[in-house]
Amino acid sequence: MKLRRHFLKLTVAAALGLTAVAGQAADTIKIGEINHYKRMAAFAGPYKNGIELALSQINDAGGVLGKPLEFIYRDDQGKPGEAIKIAEELMTRDGAVMLTGTILSNVGLAISSFAAEKKYLYLASEPLADAIVWSKGNDYTFRLRASTYMQAAMLAEEAAKTGATKFATIAPNYAYGKDAVAAFKKALLALNPDVEFVTEQWPALFKIDAGAEVQAIEAAKPDAIYNVTFGGDLAKFVREGTTRGLFEGRNVYGLLTGEPEYLDPLKDEAPVGWTVTGYPWYDLTDDANKAFVDAYMAEYDSGPGIGSLVGYMTAQSIASAITRAGSTDTDALVAAFKGLEVETPVGPIMFREQDHQSTMGAFVGTIALKDDAGVMVDWTYKKGEDYLPSDEEVAKLRP
Amino acid sequence: MGLFVAQLLTGLANAATLFLVAAGLSLIFGVTRIVNFAHGSLYMLGAYIGYNLMQVLPGAFGFWSSVLLAGVIVGLIGVIIEVCVLRPVYRAPELFQLVATFGVILVIQDLALIIWGAEDVLGPRAPGLKGVVRILGEPVPMYDLAMIAITPFVLFALWYLISRTRIGVLVRAATQDREMVGALGVNQAWLFTGVFFLGAALAGLGGAAQLPKGGADLLMDFNILAAIFVVVVIGGMGSLPGAYVAAVLISVLNVFGVAYIPQSTLVLMYVVMAIVLLVKPYGLFGREEVAGEHGQVGEPERPIKPASLRVRLIVGAGLVLLACVPLFGSNFTQVLISDIIIFCLFAASLHFILGLGGLVSFGHAAFFGGGAYVAALIVTYADTPMEVAFLLAPLGAGLGAVIIGWLCMSRTGVYFAMLTLAFAQLIWSLVFQWGEVTGGDDGLVDIWPSEWLNDTTPYFYFTLVLGVGGILLLRHAAHSPFGYALRASRDSSRQAEATGINTKRVQWAAFSFAGAMAGLAGALFVFSKGSIFPSELEIARSFDALIVIFLGGVKTLAGAVVGGASLEYAKDLITRFEYWRLTLGLLIIFVVVVAPEGIVGTARKAAERVGLLPDPSKQS
Repeated sequence: MKLRRHFLKLTVAAALGLTAVAGQAADTIKIGEINHYKRMAAFAGPYKNGIELALSQINDAGGVLGKPLEFIYRDDQGKPGEAIKIAEELMTRDGAVMLTGTILSNVGLAISSFAAEKKYLYLASEPLADAIVWSKGNDYTFRLRASTYMQAAMLAEEAAKTGATKFATIAPNYAYGKDAVAAFKKALLALNPDVEFVTEQWPALFKIDAGAEVQAIEAAKPDAIYNVTFGGDLAKFVREGTTRGLFEGRNVYGLLTGEPEYLDPLKDEAPVGWTVTGYPWYDLTDDANKAFVDAYMAEYDSGPGIGSLVGYMTAQSIASAITRAGSTDTDALVAAFKGLEVETPVGPIMFREQDHQSTMGAFVGTIALKDDAGVMVDWTYKKGEDYLPSDEEVAKLRP
Repeated sequence: MGLFVAQLLTGLANAATLFLVAAGLSLIFGVTRIVNFAHGSLYMLGAYIGYNLMQVLPGAFGFWSSVLLAGVIVGLIGVIIEVCVLRPVYRAPELFQLVATFGVILVIQDLALIIWGAEDVLGPRAPGLKGVVRILGEPVPMYDLAMIAITPFVLFALWYLISRTRIGVLVRAATQDREMVGALGVNQAWLFTGVFFLGAALAGLGGAAQLPKGGADLLMDFNILAAIFVVVVIGGMGSLPGAYVAAVLISVLNVFGVAYIPQSTLVLMYVVMAIVLLVKPYGLFGREEVAGEHGQVGEPERPIKPASLRVRLIVGAGLVLLACVPLFGSNFTQVLISDIIIFCLFAASLHFILGLGGLVSFGHAAFFGGGAYVAALIVTYADTPMEVAFLLAPLGAGLGAVIIGWLCMSRTGVYFAMLTLAFAQLIWSLVFQWGEVTGGDDGLVDIWPSEWLNDTTPYFYFTLVLGVGGILLLRHAAHSPFGYALRASRDSSRQAEATGINTKRVQWAAFSFAGAMAGLAGALFVFSKGSIFPSELEIARSFDALIVIFLGGVKTLAGAVVGGASLEYAKDLITRFEYWRLTLGLLIIFVVVVAPEGIVGTARKAAERVGLLPDPSKQS
């Protein structure tokens, strides 16, 4: 009986709490943010922190259109079907004005198709697949992060400089890996037609048999290696490769390998000398970048990941678009995103009108060891606009 | 030659971990008949705990003691799971424990995230074994050689324990005939707990031993699951030497697969599994199941009967209420209900063969995803109108079920289940790796319904009519002569044969029918989401359906629908919280322990006790 009364109290308290939240939330501008918070916790966590940091700054400065900006975070379990259901709920029941989020490309593509069908605006913040803005691009989808193609082209440029001609590639056997290899090949062959690809390795995602892969690459005797594996696969590949001497005397190019999310877990076994794309936040000195990193460190007591930067820029881009549109109407927002210029920690970026891809770039550098941890040195920031195909090509790519 | 030998050694080294983990699974299954779905989670725990211990204990001695200690600790965790979660449900229907282990997976996933954080952990190298040895000029890591050397000793120790000690005699006796062992005065409960300890300890050992070759991360529980199932099945369920041979076979094949067909490594494993099972139905070293062993555990199932007028009225009123949802509910309510109906149809189709036919399929997602892919592929490549796609999807899935059913039909019990799993995984890996046609994991998108349905409310009604219609059709079939023949084949195939029923053909037809209905659910799914991805063909999808059937009550007609609706709705509510996996896992475990007959079964009992329903035990 006592228990029941206690339960009743709790229920009433919860109900009151809910109404309080609902009442408070009525005069904010809401953004629906869908992500794989559990399944990809190592990436989604820093990303959410980045968003929160931007939101507190935006709202301290008075919000947008005179209202506070608010993100509603929802976990899709990493399933595209769930993401679609949640997207519908966010837009029709929770009153979100647009959608953003996702790391996995397949979920991004599912939401993108759904957004076009229902005429909702979707900003694909982190998914990298080229298809999101090109072969499956649509009027209602924009993408923030530098795509697979752009980052692969940056590495190809570096690879062409060395004069190596026999390349091996290793990439997880799924769409992102295949895109990354295709883009690298295309860009590298354009720069140096003599290049020959002596072997292509395709381990199943997160099921790499690293010893076998290293042997297979070694057997092909390449001059240089292009790596697309990441996460647990990368750790295993690096360890087996180092143990068996695969990387000795060879240039290795690693897509995303320099991102703190992937580099930090390797600790003192970070593969020294690899040329990689990533995010050397510890080394940034210019005002805009430094201000972001300092604010992030002050708030969370740890360094930002690339996800944190993307999350921060996502909230910035959305706030700018709403301000530019002057309303939260979808058509006005879509128009505002086209050609939208945003001041971000990595400098000004622009959402291109021709393919809705932002010109956010990436940092390219070399891995070194510092205090028993991997860091990027000799890095440069490469602007995204310099690594996109010509407008005619893009026009052909889009449906 | 050097390369060949080096590749062989790599394969053998990889086999070590796989063998340790798979041996544990095989042992647990052999004695307790529990398909321990949470075995991958124990492996993950072993890796994390081993890592923590290695940080504290120094040197080579510290390293190896950490590996052993990790095994012991995980073994003890296994004991906790066995005593708290599984022991209360041993009398429940066969495979019911699967649901409990699924709850355990969810709980462990969130606990691991809370304890060890989200970032991947790189395992320490084994002290003294960091370098390589040159064999015929090829570098071979010393740790690989250590693993190759140790594994046969583990195998020998296990073999000695099982075949030369008294405990081993009891374990083998229990494998053969549990009831008889119990009747002879052996405390079965502790025997089971002991075996669970050993099995879990082996998984933990495997997790810790692989640290120098990789590390620990939060996805490793599911990533190893398919592989260890394959190993156990190829080796023969319950056979330790079988597990070793199969682990070596799979690992070595994989190494050569990497070298010569790098694009298709996933497919290879399942092709081998399917071939082995077709040639040797019980795996390489498995023995035929003893007849009667899989008789129904627990209370015998009651005869089914058509719903009473009162139930019909209640269901009718519920349907009318559903039909009125667009009048007062939001768009989202309609979407949520559509999702639930689609899932219920999928679960009900599996329930048809599982509950009425006694055919446990672990690969039903092949037909759900298959139907969805048939629809998506013909829309993408042939611009087929939606209406035609809706006809072809169930036909395609049904045809697939005819073929797979024909190949599987000669197997029974858990071997049938495993063969369906093999084919489902084969289809999944094909779809996943044949990116040029299927889009790989980027899937097929922009599959939307025709103009007249392309809005939330019309599609909601469409789903309601087809989905509920499908469920009612399945229910109707249960009461038709076909349904009676199917149940007769399940309960006593010999007597059924004697009355002139061709049991295999009846079961085959039921399997195909269920496949077609799953295909219909898949078609409804793909047009409601607008896209399809290989995840709809995954093991996890098959198990989703399996779990709700047991949650709802496998021995009741309404079990799948009630279980499906409850779980989908609970998921929708619970996934809004931070630690939803922990909550959902505990909820599932709670339901399993409190209501071992499923929601419907237990509710019916309760209703009979308070007099809402007539009590059959009081009828003459």
